[in-house]
Amino acid sequence: MQSQATYNYKVVRQFAIMTVVWGIVGMLVGVIVAAQLIWPELNVHEFLHFGRLRPLHTNAVIFAFGGCALFATSFYVVQRTCHTRLFAPGLASFVFWGWQLIIVAAAVTLPLGITTGKEYAELEWPIDIAIAVVWVAYAVVFFGTVATRKVSHIYVANWFYGAFIIAVALLHIVNSVEIPVSLFKSYSAYAGVQDAMVQWWYGHNAVGFFLTAGFLGMMYYFVPKQADRPIYSYRLSVVHFWALIFTYMWAGPHHLHYTALPDWAQSVGMLFSLILLAPSWGGMINGIMTLSGAWHKLRTDPILKFMVTSLSFYGMSTFEGPMMSVKTVNALSHYTDWTVGHVHSGALGWVALISIGSVYFLLPRLYGKTEMYSTKLVNTHFWVATVGIVLYIASMWIAGVMQGLYWRAVNPDGTLTYAFVEGVKATYPLWTIRLVGGALFLVGMLIMFYNMLKTIAGERAYNAPIVAPAAAHA
Amino acid sequence: MDGQLVNSLRSILLLVGLLCFVGICFWAYGRQARAGFDEAAQLPLADDDLPARPAEKEGMTNG
Repeated sequence: MQSQATYNYKVVRQFAIMTVVWGIVGMLVGVIVAAQLIWPELNVHEFLHFGRLRPLHTNAVIFAFGGCALFATSFYVVQRTCHTRLFAPGLASFVFWGWQLIIVAAAVTLPLGITTGKEYAELEWPIDIAIAVVWVAYAVVFFGTVATRKVSHIYVANWFYGAFIIAVALLHIVNSVEIPVSLFKSYSAYAGVQDAMVQWWYGHNAVGFFLTAGFLGMMYYFVPKQADRPIYSYRLSVVHFWALIFTYMWAGPHHLHYTALPDWAQSVGMLFSLILLAPSWGGMINGIMTLSGAWHKLRTDPILKFMVTSLSFYGMSTFEGPMMSVKTVNALSHYTDWTVGHVHSGALGWVALISIGSVYFLLPRLYGKTEMYSTKLVNTHFWVATVGIVLYIASMWIAGVMQGLYWRAVNPDGTLTYAFVEGVKATYPLWTIRLVGGALFLVGMLIMFYNMLKTIAGERAYNAPIVAPAAAHA
Repeated sequence: MDGQLVNSLRSILLLVGLLCFVGICFWAYGRQARAGFDEAAQLPLADDDLPARPAEKEGMTNG
């Protein structure tokens, strides 16, 4: 039955493999910049200076690693839950090659010092235009597939992926309005505090829609699938979705506490950040409770361990985030390593673990197999990564609170108790622990790479036949 | 445009958004939506995505 219609797994395969590859690259750069903080002599050349490698690290892990994971899983999930082949396969291919080209362009321009200076939006205007074009193509493929679905209901995971695609398009285009002065230099169209507000409206919603909504789409498909149980409460998932959509867009000002931003705007940002705790925990509980009655599976299934642990970190970091948005807490935490710890609790703990779990789920299926080459190595990866995260975030918490206390300490006569450099000196041991934690996480990715190669070596690419929807859905 | 009017519209939009959300909550937890949701929750599970045993594998391609 060679003529039978099959799903388009090719683009899923490409993105899944590149998720692992870019993960290793991005995390390696992270380990290098962490080492540069301890040994400044590692800043060997201007191209490899901390200030240029740090944006390369953030762009690589968020948009290359995280992005590829989102493309791979969304293209898989939308086909399987809509029971139809990917819409416009040529355009899907364009999305893959376009995105890889953008990543390479970022890897070249950032070390050269070509940057807009906007955090998480550093890429210069020609690359911004390329991102917008590829993103629109992505939207056409995704929503085209949803539109041609063979079931009446649009599964909740697709709602999250869809919101992620629309919101990221909106954020990217609005924040990237800039005036080019040469091929490699542009200036933001906004000025002063408006520019700061647009930037952090973008920045926080990049967290909310790129790093949260998209990965929640992953969670709503792969957790039930791997646990072999339906989502704990589908109605809660609907409320979870709309609560996130209505709330996230307002939280950005918490990045600008105690700045020139009007006080009322800071308070609005803080309030909405606190409200966000409710939908975030609703989603976390929904994911974790999906395992009720199937907890025993955690003993033997390391992929499920990745997913459940990712939800635990999601719960932790979405509790920490609202707390840090409280102005009085922020007065201590802002500009310290606490923020770095918080970001990595979300990025390594939530985003990376759910992506790794989902890619482990996908890889064998994309090559016509039922499991990875070595389940034992998946388990090893899980433990190496988890210990790495714990070392990372615990050291950054301690470093952050300590730095905050150093900076705010004043003598009775009002002068500062400590020079800035004293806080830096006190942080060295904690930066060293962070480096070990980050390196362990990277080792985990290398184990995954080996396991992936062994799984796909000698296997032919496989495209599953399209399954007609069960009678009830038709 | 008149600044007062713009501010009123902003408040109205906020209120409409809130009512919309409350409406969604009532709808999601209402009895009518239940059957559809139960069915939707089964969507990923009713779909067997594991390949058939190697001997009977179908749809092999080099793509």
